[in-house]
Amino acid sequence: MALLQIAEPGMSAAPHQHRLAVGIDLGTTNSLVATVRSGMSVVLHDENGRALLPSVVRYHADGSTDVGYPAQAMQSSDPHNTIVSAKRFMGRGLRDLPDAGSLPYQFADAPGMVQLKTVAGAKSPVEVSAEILKVLRDRAEKSMGGELVGAVITVPAYFDDAQRQATKDAARLAGLNVLRLLNEPTAAAVAYGLDNAAEGVYAVYDLGGGTFDISVLRLSKGVFEVLATNGDSALGGDDFDHRIYCWILEQAKLSGIKPQDARLLLTRAREAKEDLTAHPEVRITAVLSTGEMVDLTLSSEVFTEITRSLVNKTLVPSKKALRDAGLEVEDVKGVVMVGGSTRMSQIQHAVGEFFRQEPLNNLDPDKVVALGAAIQANVLAGNRSDDDWLLLDVIPLSLGIETMGGLVEKIIQRNSTIPVARAQEFTTFKDGQTAMSIHVVQGERELVSDCRSLAKFELRGIPPMVAGGARIRVTFQVDADGLLSVSAREKSSGVEASVVVKPSYGLSDDEITNMLRTSQENAKADMTARALREQQVEAGRLIEAIEAALHENGDHLLSAAERAEIDEGMASLRSALEGRDHLAIKEQTERLNHISETFAARRMDQSVQKALTGHKLEELEI
Amino acid sequence: MNIDFSKNHFELFGIAPAYQIDPIRLEQAYRDIQAQVHPDKFAYLSDAERRLSMQWATQANEAYQTLRQPLGRARYLLHLNGVEIHEETNTAMSPAFLMQQMEWREAIGEAKSAKDVPELGHLSGQLRAEMQVQQHKLADFLDRDRDFAKAAEIVRELKFMEKLREEINQALEALEA
Repeated sequence: MALLQIAEPGMSAAPHQHRLAVGIDLGTTNSLVATVRSGMSVVLHDENGRALLPSVVRYHADGSTDVGYPAQAMQSSDPHNTIVSAKRFMGRGLRDLPDAGSLPYQFADAPGMVQLKTVAGAKSPVEVSAEILKVLRDRAEKSMGGELVGAVITVPAYFDDAQRQATKDAARLAGLNVLRLLNEPTAAAVAYGLDNAAEGVYAVYDLGGGTFDISVLRLSKGVFEVLATNGDSALGGDDFDHRIYCWILEQAKLSGIKPQDARLLLTRAREAKEDLTAHPEVRITAVLSTGEMVDLTLSSEVFTEITRSLVNKTLVPSKKALRDAGLEVEDVKGVVMVGGSTRMSQIQHAVGEFFRQEPLNNLDPDKVVALGAAIQANVLAGNRSDDDWLLLDVIPLSLGIETMGGLVEKIIQRNSTIPVARAQEFTTFKDGQTAMSIHVVQGERELVSDCRSLAKFELRGIPPMVAGGARIRVTFQVDADGLLSVSAREKSSGVEASVVVKPSYGLSDDEITNMLRTSQENAKADMTARALREQQVEAGRLIEAIEAALHENGDHLLSAAERAEIDEGMASLRSALEGRDHLAIKEQTERLNHISETFAARRMDQSVQKALTGHKLEELEI
Repeated sequence: MNIDFSKNHFELFGIAPAYQIDPIRLEQAYRDIQAQVHPDKFAYLSDAERRLSMQWATQANEAYQTLRQPLGRARYLLHLNGVEIHEETNTAMSPAFLMQQMEWREAIGEAKSAKDVPELGHLSGQLRAEMQVQQHKLADFLDRDRDFAKAAEIVRELKFMEKLREEINQALEALEA
């Protein structure tokens, strides 16, 4: 007989309710969304049963968009307004794009990040990516029948801070709560490792549409430890297309062709590349807008020849990653192939030769990243499985600051396990100096001009002292998403100046708000509705989190008075939630956050104690 | 809200402060701590818990990275015993050691300009062997004799050797690029 369950006050009615979470592979060429359903990671399909969503967005004059296949079908006839491979522009300025001239877009250099001029106005790559994410979010919510608690979004492991920040901004713009930015090869390793109960050192070779990553991981007893990662965030299948495209121009003696013809030939080039995975040669035909005919035959040998240098460009990072991991080729037990571009036979061959073993191709290279991300999203959302695992990932590029003479002083070395923090002390070099500018860069080179500039900020209000008298402590903190925040303070005189910077490519909350506003016609009403919705979700999340914590160990970590205070805070937030005043909800959410801080600290201490006690028991047994 | 960071790195992992440690036990202790505090375990919880988790996980990473490297561990042990290395300012070395350094530099420079990758690999192996000899000495000075002055000298020498190793790696990278 089914008993009616009556929830106790302060306890969730259904503490083990499944929270809806997804993993999203936001790819250069294609994007996917996956989730864990009945313990299985599955890719979600569109209404036509298709798993892949081409990462293509077409803008119309009225601001509406087509995303995916319909947009892809129009890319040759409407090249300016149809954005493909927007991922290549994420967090990038115009000067970072050497091939900008050969792309069929009208670029506008905006501060921080390039923009693309369309009939609907200038669009940043963040906005374009957000359109793709929105479609995937809708697909997931329709398919799963509810609102998402959050998403894990994958990024190339070699993405720098600006590119990561841009990706997170795109997700926010699409209304997604980002549970974690997860490195693509790590996501693949999770899917592969759990599927095959793999143990030992594995390399993940991930060649996507526009990015290349190589990660070396050690898998043991439920721990996925990234030992080193390397790559090239501007190298992928697109470059192979481009080589074929250049070959076509050369063979057919074409020059100065129109954008739509360029797009058409690039499409033909991509098709030729794909056909060459199954055939020794392919025929390439096209009729250009000028009436000119293209009719060529490309053989596998010629394709290998014209792309040899690209293939080699993936082997250099592979060597570096192994060296950083302190390993030799012989130590690698398996090489997991990820990304559609690894289907090319010259890649398979080169990787096999380099690692002296057959690469592992038993997972669908297009889907493995999304599947792994979904598995991790399920865990991060709090749907604990019995067999828990731990992911230890690293930062791909060193972080440093500019010192005298335009040199870089590294503060955090590449391949440090995240989260990581490091502080460094600096001093003034002039008598009476009251301000100091701090320039944060990322990269391996010695000169500031060869590294990526992430942020510049001024620390003001340093008390005047003799040169070398002030002690300024600059702290770098990289979180589990691989995102950096920097703070600085002067501490010698007791006067503290402190600032937290967001790297310059990241969008401020104002900018995000502006983008949301411009993307919607009837701005005002929508903005308020949206703010309310966001606050409600945030408040709901907090209540749920605290309930889960109370359920777990509220009784023995809190005194009756403390417990009463938290209960009162939750009750106040709940009553605010009954109204529609988003500011009131925000205020009560912040209050409850504050009230529950001590409880959070005790829970954390207990966790650490538990880990230590585990050891002491082991020691006794020995 | 304060975290008790007064625990030293050895205490954090529940192992006795010494140069010679069981690396497997250190690793296991590190993993056990991370299994409890890592941000992935708190992604769905409140801001306060997420922030604390990041601070704890950061601390555990810092402690682990310090203790797992022989040089980092030695320097940290000396620090706990009130001996600072002052690597940047104190560069007094024995003449014999300095001579040896110059020979190393020359050999690396020659291999570099000859673009001799196998030779660089060979030098790297030789250097690793010499560093291991130094590390044995460190173990004696730190754990057996508790002669911290001598240990500090070895640490400074090892730091030099580490720089040589970096130089070799950079040369190899430059040649492969």
